[in-house]
Amino acid sequence: MTSLPKTTERQLGLAIDLDSCVGCQACVTSCKEWNTGGHMAPLTDLDPYGENPDGVWFNRVHTYEQVTETKSRTIHFPRSCLHCAEPACVTVCPTGASYKRQSDGIVLVDEDKCIGCKLCSWACPYGAREFDDDVGVMKKCTLCIDRIYNENLPEENRVPACVAACPTGARHFGDFSDPDSAVSVLSRERGGVELMAELGYRPTNRYLPPRARACGDNNIAPLEAVAGEGGLLGWIDRLLSR
Amino acid sequence: MHPAKSIVFFTTLTGAGYGLLALLGLFGVLGLLPAGGLWGAITMAICFGLIFAGLLSSTGHLSHRERAWRAFTQWRSSWLSREAVAAVLTFVPAGLFALGWVGLGEVAGWTRWAGAVAGLCALVTIFTTGMIYASLKPVMEWHTPFTVPGYLLYGLMSGLSVLTAILSGLGHLPDGLPLVAALICLLGFFWKRASWYYMAHQARLPSVNSATGLGEGTVRSVQWPHSSQNFLLKEMGFRIARKHRRRLRLIAQGCGFLGPALLMVLAELLEGPGGSLLLIFAAALQLVGLLVERWLFFAEATHTISLYYGLGASSS
Ligand code: SF4
Ligand code: SF4
Ligand code: SF4
Repeated sequence: MTSLPKTTERQLGLAIDLDSCVGCQACVTSCKEWNTGGHMAPLTDLDPYGENPDGVWFNRVHTYEQVTETKSRTIHFPRSCLHCAEPACVTVCPTGASYKRQSDGIVLVDEDKCIGCKLCSWACPYGAREFDDDVGVMKKCTLCIDRIYNENLPEENRVPACVAACPTGARHFGDFSDPDSAVSVLSRERGGVELMAELGYRPTNRYLPPRARACGDNNIAPLEAVAGEGGLLGWIDRLLSR
Repeated sequence: MHPAKSIVFFTTLTGAGYGLLALLGLFGVLGLLPAGGLWGAITMAICFGLIFAGLLSSTGHLSHRERAWRAFTQWRSSWLSREAVAAVLTFVPAGLFALGWVGLGEVAGWTRWAGAVAGLCALVTIFTTGMIYASLKPVMEWHTPFTVPGYLLYGLMSGLSVLTAILSGLGHLPDGLPLVAALICLLGFFWKRASWYYMAHQARLPSVNSATGLGEGTVRSVQWPHSSQNFLLKEMGFRIARKHRRRLRLIAQGCGFLGPALLMVLAELLEGPGGSLLLIFAAALQLVGLLVERWLFFAEATHTISLYYGLGASSS
């Protein structure tokens, strides 16, 4: 059923900290590694060693430069499904392949129903859905349902693969419907942002904006001009730079 | 957005086919359709031919055709599903109308009413097609008040051009119909120009700032997540070259609207078999022009995903 549940019992999702993400791509590869054997497997790669490698990924990290009047900085930006509360990707699906779970709010695709019309990928503003040309069905982030409920894993590992892999702890997993959950508190404290809120998809995931810089001003004295040195060192320098 | 051939053909051909069906319903009620089973057979063959060719082309877009029946199930929420249901349901009254016209040899009594219902269903079908695009918020060029009326107008316009050509070919052209058809072509032309004007002046929302949650300053993409193409870029990052756009817009306007209008006026002056030939040529030319128009409808549309990749609306 592509009609949305009126309410969900929980609303699981991620808080992604743009302050600590270093763009190392660990979450990207870890997501691929887990999910290519997971619920939506495989995450097909086409021409992986050839001229134009192409393939399905559920999580991709962009890099931006933000320039304001007073500062400029580099920001790494992981982009995966935000498990929206009003996901048009689900309601546009003509077959019932896309659905949002009432129990935990996770948005999934039933591969056996998908006809490959791709309309859901047009309806997602965030580019979270990727088509598998090989299998002919739409695929997307599952919030690692096969990890977070997996009783074969030790309890501390029952988090999404991307969360477990992040070396800086920039990805946090939890229930946003509970105002006292760790992710809700973190998002509140850090002013977590809803991406493209104006479109009304009500994404669950929150992005924690980079903090203001700790050091007050950036007036570091410029390096001294390099003057030609004399003596033995100067001679060696001249010799080597010839 | 990537202009997939299957969808360009689908929307253009079914638009003309259902537009023609809507007008057949109207003309039937007005008593303007010629009696005679043969005339009915020819007209309905062209009408169903256009629709079937379009629907067939649309299934070419699917990778799992064997499951296509599932697309009829989610009409409660999905405009695509509603379109599928409407497109097929229309065949019930349309089939009866064709049976009546071809079998009984005239459009009268219940045949007339079957035609009217078929016509209404055809309009609903075109409306649902337009809504598929108009309802997509991530594509700002489609999510406008111009999209749905545009689909209805171009569908009826091309339907009328085809109908005018058929009636003239069969020797049953109502007086002044080519002039009416020419006027509708001009209306279509102005609607297209107005849509393009709106598109050019539309506020570009959302911004890269709201897409990334980085509120202030300028945000510039300095590195993509991947070094070659991917599905997102191929499907939604399509950008049309500026010089191509200029040329294709000229072709769309000339072939889709102004050329056919001119030919129709000439046909009105010429009359006779020469006039019929001009009208047939006008209808065919218009379909070609509308294919270009529809290609541009996709190619010029931008998706919010391009914000993440720092892509502009068109490449130079
Ligand atoms: S991020 Fe996209 S795919 Fe995920 S729920 Fe929202 S609209 Fe759907
Ligand atoms: S591609 Fe599959 S999941 Fe997406 S809208 Fe079409 S049928 Fe539904
Ligand atoms: S939650 Fe799982 S599927 Fe989603 S991006 Fe993270 S690792 Fe990938």
